Amino acid sequence: MYRYDQFDHDFVKARVAEFTDQVDRRLTGEITEDQFKPLRLMNGVYLQLHAYMLRVAIPYGTLNSRQLRMLGHIARKYDKGYGHFTTRQNIQYNWPSLSDIPAILGDLASVEMHAIQTSGNCIRNVTADHFAGAAADEVADPRPYAEILRQWSSVHPEFSYLPRKFKIAVTGAERDRAAIQVHDIGLHVKKNAEGELGFAVYVGGGQGRTPMIAKKICDFLPEKDLLTYSTAILRVYNLHGRRDNKYKARIKILVHETGAEEFARQVEAEFTALKDGDLKLPEEDIRAIERYFAPPSLTARPEGDEALRLARLDSRGFSEWLDQNVITHRHADYAAVTISLKGIGEAPGDASDSQMEAIADLAERYGFDEIRVSHEQNLILPHVARADLKAVYDALVGIQLATANSNLITDIIACPGLDYCALANARSIIVAQNISKRFASMERQREIGELKLKISGCINACGHHHVGHIGILGVEKKGAELYQVTLGGSGDENTSVGEIIGRGFGPDEITDAIETVVDTYLRVRSDGSETFLDAYRRVGQAPFKEALYAGEAKAA
Amino acid sequence: MKVLTANRLTDGEAVWLAADESWSASIDDAVIASDKETEGWLSAAGDAACADNLVVDVNLIDIEQVDGQTVPIRLRERIRAAGPTNRSDLGKQAKHHAGRSD
Repeated sequence: MYRYDQFDHDFVKARVAEFTDQVDRRLTGEITEDQFKPLRLMNGVYLQLHAYMLRVAIPYGTLNSRQLRMLGHIARKYDKGYGHFTTRQNIQYNWPSLSDIPAILGDLASVEMHAIQTSGNCIRNVTADHFAGAAADEVADPRPYAEILRQWSSVHPEFSYLPRKFKIAVTGAERDRAAIQVHDIGLHVKKNAEGELGFAVYVGGGQGRTPMIAKKICDFLPEKDLLTYSTAILRVYNLHGRRDNKYKARIKILVHETGAEEFARQVEAEFTALKDGDLKLPEEDIRAIERYFAPPSLTARPEGDEALRLARLDSRGFSEWLDQNVITHRHADYAAVTISLKGIGEAPGDASDSQMEAIADLAERYGFDEIRVSHEQNLILPHVARADLKAVYDALVGIQLATANSNLITDIIACPGLDYCALANARSIIVAQNISKRFASMERQREIGELKLKISGCINACGHHHVGHIGILGVEKKGAELYQVTLGGSGDENTSVGEIIGRGFGPDEITDAIETVVDTYLRVRSDGSETFLDAYRRVGQAPFKEALYAGEAKAA
Repeated sequence: MKVLTANRLTDGEAVWLAADESWSASIDDAVIASDKETEGWLSAAGDAACADNLVVDVNLIDIEQVDGQTVPIRLRERIRAAGPTNRSDLGKQAKHHAGRSD
């Protein structure tokens, strides 16, 4: 993975010193809250309901064991013994004191981490496929490009005060696991007919109050032009994006109002003017960054097949976990493991200090020192020898993280919601927990099959409800929580925005409503191989509406 | 009826303005304003505390009295006064539990 050079070390150290001074000046009253707020936000510090919240950047979701151990240490020393992994592959601490934050940032800097640009109207943490470098279906590892974008966008003088925040995601595989079509810029790494690497460029996707699917404005951008073209997009946005209305300030609105074709023309004009200038990436620079992400040397471990055959016979739990949470690796003797942070009835994405440390130990011992954070709020060990999977499973059982529910209905994405967040209108975590408990039976979950359920506690959609196969949006109506259900959303290569099915449900009704939706699916699906999403796309809203609301219509 | 709430500058803890003009970590200590005049006094005290850099994000919130307890009308404020509803071991509710078990 990427290692800081002297410039990076000095830069982060200087930033810690600068923010330490700003915190001191705030605490002594030398600067006001109005003056301090933009400074703290630039360093990832929010004020939430119960305390400050610190959002720490995990570039493209990649961690080594030393870093994860430090995240556990921070949870224990400065917080309340846990952290929350987010849909942007970051981690948030919910309880730090402002006076402790300089020390936390110092600890983070010691393991090459920081909280810069995790808030504010700038280019945020660049996200990527969590199976990058391991996935069998990958054309190229997307992380070198994400790292190039990170270096370019860090405190970029021209793009630090954009009309609104800006999010970039990169995938290196046809199967999009990074939800690139709901990002401001989505990059799909691909090869052209000549075998050269480049990108399909999507722009103007996003969720929030106005969900939009990104438009493809370039089918093949040579890799050398990555920064030039990105600059061209950002310039058009910076110039024409709306600053008069926060809710219309994202690039998706500009692309929508301008029209994708005209927007692409403007980008092209800017690109032509910039092309072959200083931003053109020299081949040797790309390859140099790529070397940081060179795959570990995976020695042959052919004994895995026999080991797994025997272990399966020995343990049904292991066998189920293997089928659900382990995916094919590009090397036949290895696998990528999803560590579910969605134990039945647990808060999605939360991990305790000791769990983080135990996972760091596992990564060090069995996983070539690599851990990933997925945007689905799970942790990943991307390279584990199949022969070691049983040992990893046994260790995960010991720390209560062996739930075999990856991609099943209890693998729920949920934002912190009204239990923590100052923006939220309704709770999310408790809704997730209740649904998780209702569908606790693993047998039932497997019978239902792949089902992505996503919950947001407000219209900002941090819980990605728009792209949930089943989405739940919490709102406040007449002082009470109300949950709107959307069906048919998807955040993959066939992205779609879910459709509202009808009137919302109260906190005591929402679990039953979800069960009704699921039971309806089981009734209408053509056979066990037709997923919820496929069935919904085939039959539409009608049977679900009927099941949820028919009684009411008759009563009325 | 209203009380004045804020977050303490140093650690962000949710606090309420008490009768002695201190900021209490318990809503039970909050001064209740039942008239415009008291609301005005609360607001002025909040402005002064902001200017003194004691607290941030000061708000007057609606409450009701239930069995002698001060209970905010909005769920958001009830959660601020107690802690996350999914973790009774966190927030002020945890301190209350700890206090009772002592």
